[in-house]
Amino acid sequence: MDALLRDHLVSVVVFLPLAGAVLLLLLPRSAASAARNIAFGVSVLDLIVSVPLWTRFLVGVPGFQLRERIDWIPQLGITYNVGLDGISLLLVMLTTVLTPVSLLFSLTHVEKEVRGYSVAFLVLETGMLGSLVALDLALFYVFWEVMLVPMYFIIGIWGGPRRIYASMKFFLFTMSGSLLMFLAILFVAIRHHTATGAWSFALEDLTRMTFTGRVETYLFLAFALAFAIKVPVFPLHTWLPDAHTEAPTAGSIILAGVMLKLGAYGYLRFALPLFPDAAMRFAPWLGVLGVIGVIYGAMVAYAQHDMKRLVAYSSVSHLGLVVIGIGAFTTMSLSGSILQMVNHGLSTGALFLLVGVLYERRHTRELDAYGGIAAVVPVTTALFLIATLSSIGLPGLNGFVGEFTILLGTWLSPHRWWSAAAATGVILSAIYMLTLVQRVFWNPLVVEENRKLTDVRPSEFVAAATLVVLMVWIGVRPNDVLDRIRPAVESLQKSVAARQVALHESARPEISEVRR
Amino acid sequence: MTFAFHASDWLLLAPELFLTAMGLLLLGLSVALGKTKEDFLAFLATVSVGITGALVAFVATRPERATPILGGAFVVDNFALFFKALVLLSLALTVLASARYVGAAPYPGGEYYALLLFSGVGMLFMASGNNLISIYVALELMALSSYVLAGYFKAEPKSTEAALKYFILGAFSSGVLLYGLSLVYGAGGVMGLPELAKLLASASRSNLLMLGILLILAGLLFKIAAVPFHVWTPDVYEGSPTPVTAFFSVGPKVAAYAILARIFYVAFAKFHADWGFVVALVSAATMVLGNVAALLQSNVKRMLAYSSIANAGYALLGVLGFRTEWGLWGILIYLLAYTFMNFGAFTLIILLESKGYAGESVSDFNGLAKRSMPAAVVMLLFLLSLAGIPPTAGFIGKYYLFTAAMKAGYAWLAILAVVMSAVSLFYYFRIAAAMFFTEGSPAKLKSSYALSAVIAVCAVGTLVIGVVPQPFLEVLKSCVLGR
Repeated sequence: MDALLRDHLVSVVVFLPLAGAVLLLLLPRSAASAARNIAFGVSVLDLIVSVPLWTRFLVGVPGFQLRERIDWIPQLGITYNVGLDGISLLLVMLTTVLTPVSLLFSLTHVEKEVRGYSVAFLVLETGMLGSLVALDLALFYVFWEVMLVPMYFIIGIWGGPRRIYASMKFFLFTMSGSLLMFLAILFVAIRHHTATGAWSFALEDLTRMTFTGRVETYLFLAFALAFAIKVPVFPLHTWLPDAHTEAPTAGSIILAGVMLKLGAYGYLRFALPLFPDAAMRFAPWLGVLGVIGVIYGAMVAYAQHDMKRLVAYSSVSHLGLVVIGIGAFTTMSLSGSILQMVNHGLSTGALFLLVGVLYERRHTRELDAYGGIAAVVPVTTALFLIATLSSIGLPGLNGFVGEFTILLGTWLSPHRWWSAAAATGVILSAIYMLTLVQRVFWNPLVVEENRKLTDVRPSEFVAAATLVVLMVWIGVRPNDVLDRIRPAVESLQKSVAARQVALHESARPEISEVRR
Repeated sequence: MTFAFHASDWLLLAPELFLTAMGLLLLGLSVALGKTKEDFLAFLATVSVGITGALVAFVATRPERATPILGGAFVVDNFALFFKALVLLSLALTVLASARYVGAAPYPGGEYYALLLFSGVGMLFMASGNNLISIYVALELMALSSYVLAGYFKAEPKSTEAALKYFILGAFSSGVLLYGLSLVYGAGGVMGLPELAKLLASASRSNLLMLGILLILAGLLFKIAAVPFHVWTPDVYEGSPTPVTAFFSVGPKVAAYAILARIFYVAFAKFHADWGFVVALVSAATMVLGNVAALLQSNVKRMLAYSSIANAGYALLGVLGFRTEWGLWGILIYLLAYTFMNFGAFTLIILLESKGYAGESVSDFNGLAKRSMPAAVVMLLFLLSLAGIPPTAGFIGKYYLFTAAMKAGYAWLAILAVVMSAVSLFYYFRIAAAMFFTEGSPAKLKSSYALSAVIAVCAVGTLVIGVVPQPFLEVLKSCVLGR
């Protein structure tokens, strides 16, 4: 057991939830309450097992750590090849925290087909964790697809009235993008085989390949499309409000908290290092789409009457900021983007959770159905307010550090106006979020039913408070996180810069002249 | 060319001879036993297929198989053995899946199983066919038995219609194929494929030869239901008894691919540039039409008919890839995967058949998850595999086919295939949504041991090839033609 945890810690963290899911399938169908407790227990256990990832991770060391490598399909050069750098470490931790949080919320609020629900969440967790640690493109693709199916069912079975439409839209959008990516992965691997005579899908091997001109552009676009749909980058975001509105609360938490991040993560991990030249050429477009996303998302969010839809559009806006930071490509803006992914996971996760708390009591998410409930449910109000303040970037909480780092980092890039435009988005987010809080919690209490609202239950409180504690921690000690991100970001930048130089000097000297 | 028999010839022909004998025995027994003892006939047919499989395994170990027999017309290379195994697999699955269905039908079961076995004999010969004539005769044996099987429910107008359509169009396409064979024979003057290959290696392209190749292609494209030779498929699939449909969707197609691969990979490879373009267009049209038409269907059998047309389009990518071994490997692994996943999906239709005969709409799948969670999960596995989502067999198959297409320089076709795979998600997931998201009949699902066994075999095959493909890929590597 010790040896297993020492040498295969990453695999244990990834596959523990899957083992739990298999265990649940062996349970009799009638043991519903046992199923949810087991699922929650497994996810907590996974969180506990994942803590050594954080402590054993060597801060300040670039490159991948805690690596494992086993041949999977040797004939095709496909390996089970996993490892962590700062970026994946943070998102892995976010996943192992948010899964038990969402399952804890579900303990009291899901009645239908509890066993299937629990299985879906555990399989989903394995899919997400696997995508975050895979260093072999074929393996990554497998995990990436595995992730989709449980979410399809979570929305489709346990969702709201328009759940079938929403789940189908979610599935088709994300799947279409990733199929093209699959083809691009194959193409890159075939090129590698032609060039070296050996099959390999390992990221390290494939990043040694250089592609030029139109081929690189097409390959880059195939990858970028898959990831942009997932983020989602404007104008590919239309599946998101539907999916969020219809998904059950726990599904929304995971969707917003982790799955959207995988788009940005995939872009940083795969699209950038594989096609640095094209990525740099398209970076301005990315930034512009990010700016549009920030402002558009904010404005549409302001117009919403449904709390969940409002938070969903705020995600479009906040992830626009992340996209801007990636497009600007300075050390600071990239670090900020990665930090902001975590921040958004925590704050939006908490917001969806608390909206869920209200919904479970009143079965409506209309803003007008509430008002003046601060005195009735003081604890909910306090938690909601903290999550809101984190989301709009109040200093002292995590959101501020992330947004500030992105804006400053972008200001240091050649694209200053992005930073200026994005700052207006930050202001807009304060407007719509505070309006939300005011209309729901303050304002006069007119709807009589609201007097009978009950405050958070202990389980709901623990779930939300966990996230609040993390918000404060990152807000107060951001360097605990930033120190782990920086080496990863720097080595990413270094590899991209080195390969661009190599590319220009070898293949197209005249262009590199022009660029300098 | 002499057709002298040697003792070793009988040995290598043992599987085919045994299966023929058992077919005849079943026919006789059916008359003697009557309608009441049909379970026994099904059992006997299953055992026959099993023993034939053992005989194939035995033949595989014999050193005599290194040389072709019957004057070079019959060859038992690894490639043939692979296809024989695949044919017997689909045959065994069909017999097992038919037992309950045929038992409940008011028609004699003996002839059903006998025809199935005769069709199987034809397919076994197709796998080994190494000569234009032997290939044609084997194909006809398979086809004629199939026509009758399609019309097995002779009092049902739809079944009769299916048989008639299948027969008329099938006979026509056989004529086209035969005409093509005769033109190629006219151009080369030899019947054996190796001799033909040797001759063509030094021959220049002539119009006669090109026309012959095209006509052969057309005849075979009919058998695998590629556009524009696909029109018979939806009607025949819908009208035939469902186990027969399941059989049609795998067995005869697999055998036709065996011929296609042997003729085009061995003899016509040199003219790849000439027929490659045609195959590329056909493949593109087949993928687009199959997938788009499948979107519009509400009858599951028709939907799967169009889905199998679309799958023929994907498999043609492998034919295009014949410039490298990847094309051959792609076809082999894809057909293996396809046999499991497609037969599995059809078996679930058999399981759900509520109205006794040919009334299988998507809504029959409503609420299946409530009625039987394992059935719904297994169906989902087949659908995911058909859509090519990892980690399933269908993904590995598409992986090889797409690689083959790109290696042969048909990247645009691979892109089209991927886009069409995305389209296919629409209709595959309509079934998934029906199973899991909607309420349906609360009636308990009635299964039998035989059906459960078929579904289990298909599910295990689909999953194992997807998760641990390595052993299967090792087998593929040894399946190069001529060894």
